[in-house]
Amino acid sequence: MEVSARIEEQIQIVSILESRIDAAVALDFKDAMRTATADGPDTVVLDLGKVDFIDSSGLGAIVATMKHLAPARKLVLAGLTPAVDKVFRLTRMDSVFSMFTTMDDAMAEMRS
Amino acid sequence: MTGAHMNESAPTPPQVLAPFQLTVKSGEFAVREALAGLTTGLAPLSLDVEEIGTIELVMAEALNNIVEHAYPEEYNDGPIAVGCTHKADGLHIAVVDRGLPMPNGQAPIGMAQDVDVDLMDMPEGGFGWFLIQNLAKDVRYGRFGDENRLELRLAVAIRRPR
Repeated sequence: MEVSARIEEQIQIVSILESRIDAAVALDFKDAMRTATADGPDTVVLDLGKVDFIDSSGLGAIVATMKHLAPARKLVLAGLTPAVDKVFRLTRMDSVFSMFTTMDDAMAEMRS
Repeated sequence: MTGAHMNESAPTPPQVLAPFQLTVKSGEFAVREALAGLTTGLAPLSLDVEEIGTIELVMAEALNNIVEHAYPEEYNDGPIAVGCTHKADGLHIAVVDRGLPMPNGQAPIGMAQDVDVDLMDMPEGGFGWFLIQNLAKDVRYGRFGDENRLELRLAVAIRRPR
């Protein structure tokens, strides 16, 4: 799974560079997230702006990543496209995560 | 003459999609392959992004279940056939495989997962059938000989009554 990781204003940002997080890549996603977030800041923003499809396996992999970071570190989701947002809402996972439509919204919230 | 006149005034008839079927071999990327074939086959309907997204999600969950549970061994590349028929009440999709039968001989009810739990107890799976049952209509499963047959309807591209 191709991701890019950077640190801005003491926030770890991980951008997914692929369009799908599905059953075929769910394990790769978890591994890539563990690697990208090793030894970083406490707040991790997952930039999903390029992702236009997730299935329940992809959702599960994002939940697993959140649990892996917890309790010391927090996973925040940003850039949810409509199809991705829908999966979180249908499963009520939108009540579990902090979710922002854009990276700018997420960063503004993290700063405040 | 009457017929010609009616043709002039009648609205363009809705495009009818001919039934189609595609078959993939089970495996790691079988679901992506089947979904790509399905969206290509549905292209003539000019569905909007949200409708296509719903179809892809439901079918991804149904197909993931087959790859993971009906054909659990990695070397098993058994066939998965997806048939699609467009009718007045939406898309009727049938998925047939020759893998293991559904454990209780029926499709799971698809209860919503409880997410009001401690973070470390948050479910990481079990959403698939909930999504299928939530987004699709008339979900039916049957075992016929050595085949599983899952039928469902997606209420998209519904033709307006005349």
